[in-house]
Amino acid sequence: MALIDLANPTRFLTLTERVLPWLAAATALAFAVGLYLVWAVAPDDYQQGATVKIMFIHVPNAWLAMGVWSVMSIASIGTLVWRHPLADVAAKSAAPLGAAFTFLALLTGSLWGRPMWGTYWVWDARLTSVLVLFLMYLGVIALWRTVDDPARAGRAAAILTLVGAINLPIIKFSVDWWNTLHQPASVLRVGGPAIHSSILTPLLVMALAFGLLFVTLHLAAMRNEILRRRVRAMWLMQAHAAQGA
Amino acid sequence: MDLGPHGAFIIAAYVTAALVVLGLIAWVLADHAAQRRLLADLEARGVTRRSKSEAA
Repeated sequence: MALIDLANPTRFLTLTERVLPWLAAATALAFAVGLYLVWAVAPDDYQQGATVKIMFIHVPNAWLAMGVWSVMSIASIGTLVWRHPLADVAAKSAAPLGAAFTFLALLTGSLWGRPMWGTYWVWDARLTSVLVLFLMYLGVIALWRTVDDPARAGRAAAILTLVGAINLPIIKFSVDWWNTLHQPASVLRVGGPAIHSSILTPLLVMALAFGLLFVTLHLAAMRNEILRRRVRAMWLMQAHAAQGA
Repeated sequence: MDLGPHGAFIIAAYVTAALVVLGLIAWVLADHAAQRRLLADLEARGVTRRSKSEAA
């Protein structure tokens, strides 16, 4: 099967039904291994103590917060340039997942900040730009719910998503451009990770687990959205038939 | 296991993350069941998709 064949929603549904159980199993396995490493193997940090365990949730969710918006941005290009049938389905289905991951990044960061910084929140560039990202997720979700016609909603949401993508480099480089309380990058940085492998390995396994969770839930949510559009099309056909009768 | 003086923050982070992840899974599963039910209901009333009726 060529990749382009997946543009057909029926083929996409067939493939999704086949792949989803395996993805769900891989996600569960990755979480089992990741949580075992976090709670049974990884040492406490010499400065943070056991509070470093919060980082194993915070960092993957922070990466996903930006990663999901990147996925939505690529899908938005598909909507605006090629009018790909699955592009706005992909963007719409990803938005609530991205909002949830961003919420978790903010909340776990806050719960880490209170004991480590002495405050739940500061209006520094990193925290504020991630809060803006969260609000943009809510804005895109609201836009999808406001416009009835999925095609019109898709184009409007795609424009908003691409405009919002400007925030991604701001989030990434905020810790370099401004003097922030949030520490600079310690994994995705020039010169390699600055974290010891005893902490880095569980972190990467947890990142893999959350990444697999996103892929699994995204495919499942896309499947639901395709079915929702079928229901809508059938309702419209029924309404037209009733008017014609 | 000793979580130190900030154990409550660690537990709160993990419990919240678990609740959000379980909530997402429940939402996706419930939505799937709802869409399947609506489709079955429409098909039971004789409404078929255009592509399906054209193929027949």
